Amino acid sequence: MNLFVEPVGVSHFLLVGAVLFVAGVVCMATKRNALGVLMGIELVLNGANLNFIAFGSPYFRETSLGLDGQFIALFVIVLAAAEAAVALAIALNFYNNHATIDVDRADELKG
Amino acid sequence: MNLLAAVNWHSVLFMLFALLACVFALAVVFSQNVVRMAFYLVLSLASTAGLFMLAGAEFVGAMQIMIYVGGTLVLLVFGVMLTAQSTFVSMKTSAPEWLLAALVGGSLLYVLFLAAFGTSDWTTARKDQQTVSVAESKAAAPIGLGLLGIRVDSLSQPNETLKAGQSGYLLAFEIVSVHLLVVLIGAAYLARTKRRRQEWET
Amino acid sequence: MVEGINNFLGWEPDAWVGFVLTALIQVMILNVVLAGGALVFIWMERKISGRIQDRLGPTRVGGKFGWLQTLADGLKLLTKEDITPGEADPSLFKLAPYISLTASFATLLALPFANGWVGQEVNVALFFILAVLGLEVFGVILAGYASGSKWSLFGGMREAAQVVSYEVPVGLCAVIPVMICGTMNLVTIGNMQAGFFTNWLIFHDPFTFVVFWVYFTCAIASVNRAPFDLAEAESELVAGFHTEYSGLRWSLFFMAEYGSMFVVSGLASILFFGGWNGPIPVTHILSSVDANTLGWGDGSWAPFWTYLANAIGCINFILKAVLGVTVMIWVRWTLPRLRIDQVITTCWKYCVPLAAICFVGVMAWQAFQIPSGNDLPLPYQPIRAEVRETWAESTSSIGNAEQPTAEPADQVASVIIGEGV
Repeated sequence: MNLFVEPVGVSHFLLVGAVLFVAGVVCMATKRNALGVLMGIELVLNGANLNFIAFGSPYFRETSLGLDGQFIALFVIVLAAAEAAVALAIALNFYNNHATIDVDRADELKG
Repeated sequence: MNLLAAVNWHSVLFMLFALLACVFALAVVFSQNVVRMAFYLVLSLASTAGLFMLAGAEFVGAMQIMIYVGGTLVLLVFGVMLTAQSTFVSMKTSAPEWLLAALVGGSLLYVLFLAAFGTSDWTTARKDQQTVSVAESKAAAPIGLGLLGIRVDSLSQPNETLKAGQSGYLLAFEIVSVHLLVVLIGAAYLARTKRRRQEWET
Repeated sequence: MVEGINNFLGWEPDAWVGFVLTALIQVMILNVVLAGGALVFIWMERKISGRIQDRLGPTRVGGKFGWLQTLADGLKLLTKEDITPGEADPSLFKLAPYISLTASFATLLALPFANGWVGQEVNVALFFILAVLGLEVFGVILAGYASGSKWSLFGGMREAAQVVSYEVPVGLCAVIPVMICGTMNLVTIGNMQAGFFTNWLIFHDPFTFVVFWVYFTCAIASVNRAPFDLAEAESELVAGFHTEYSGLRWSLFFMAEYGSMFVVSGLASILFFGGWNGPIPVTHILSSVDANTLGWGDGSWAPFWTYLANAIGCINFILKAVLGVTVMIWVRWTLPRLRIDQVITTCWKYCVPLAAICFVGVMAWQAFQIPSGNDLPLPYQPIRAEVRETWAESTSSIGNAEQPTAEPADQVASVIIGEGV
């Protein structure tokens, strides 16, 4: 279909969400920097958020989730911010103890 | 000129933002420099905010820019700078790891692609598609009231069973608020410097 | 405007040409605001600082008052060599000033200059502007990092800590007018302060009066101006985040800074000082004048009056915003720079608690319906009562099995969704 002329549907948003999600998963799997892993998590959460927004949008389907989609997305954003703060605090603490944030080096329980 | 008249600008803008979001998400994956990664992530998330606005969720889009891009990522860059040993940190990933990740990612993308385009209701736009306009999208007040437990948007819900479940998000809102307070205190506690105690002891 | 342009050019009313031209014209106007504003503000800064330090400031370029000095400066900066240090991360280093400038410029898109004179009227305009303004710091942080210099890095780190901290009190202060007006649409907020100056939200109650000063303090800090300009403290960090910059890129940072100064001042004027409404409702009277009352016939003059009212309102708004910028310049050349720990202390120990107290105070003022300076019937007052009733009903019916009656809530819904809060 020619997207220049035809309106987009939920599927197109889902596709973008899927790309973001997979990019995030690969990022989490390949990065050894703790902050890189954190960025992967943010990408995954955004991919999920995009799906919620797309399903909640009244423009694409007649039976949409309505505002519930936006509510869930809001909560995800807020919780992601909280999660990032805690993860960053842990990373800083780890850096103070080990002088690195390489996640492969975090294999001992003794600080 | 007829060609230009037939262009669906909403779709064009969607493609623009979608392309930006995807390209910069992939740039995050393939970049080796942490600050560059953070920068690409900013662009990717900002484009996602644009997509939110295109889907009529202007409040969530602004929230995304405010909290994600303006807050979380500044925090991340801050963390990168605090933990950087050399000037420009980079950590290499070995080839087998890349291969495994590509395999997992590729198959995941394939499954998600099938799922996204598998339902005909999702692929086709609604028949009576409304005009999509940022100026006409007014979700902020219903969202605010919904967080207080009043769902002004779903009063016309004909299905009684569904209606009972749509009673607002006051409890969730309160829990998130308390959660944020706990996180604030917890993060400050975790990241505090421990020098003071040693100074006291010596 | 779209239709007007299309009619003028002989296209169909909703042809794409009109949309493109309208967008271009609006962007050009906003560009002029940003660039012309920077020209004027830099000249003002030189003149005012001169007067404060008992000297004349620029006197030669462009006549007696030296008002072309900024242009001369700009030409000098253009001809300077654009240096990238060897230690720098080249692409990020080159990109950083543009990020700052883009963020500063993008806020102007949602900032109304008069009733309806706005690039794009957004329902969440206030939130959008604050969010995008917060992105400006990204350019500064990246500049600090990518310069590969310790001074720059320290400057960038300080900026990050400072801006993230000051977003909290700025947000708290900006929420208070939103709470009073019941909307984040800046056009609506401005229109709710029409009439005499007692209708301005700063005179709404004592708490809003206090909160304006908190807002202005935090706004100065969030646009990184003295006495809060720790990111570029000359006495400690050479020049902070822009130590390694020269020529045009260096000046772009300053254009962004003056642009965001204008935006936060304009925001202050809309949120607290009535925006485009003057102290005496001249524009209001003009826009409501019907041609028939003047005996001029068929009422075809009404659009002209509205236009004139908007033009005067626009001048009004710009005057107020420039006044805010002037106060910022005055503060810069009067107060000594704070230390970084004092800056953060000011934020968390004074501004945030003060803003929070005012927030609770205004909430109480609204909840107990204490009469306020604003004599306009705020359109959301009756809705508030209904919302309160609906809420009480729905919470009381949780114990019972029956659903809350939908009648009052339906009215609330129709008013809120229909009126477009």
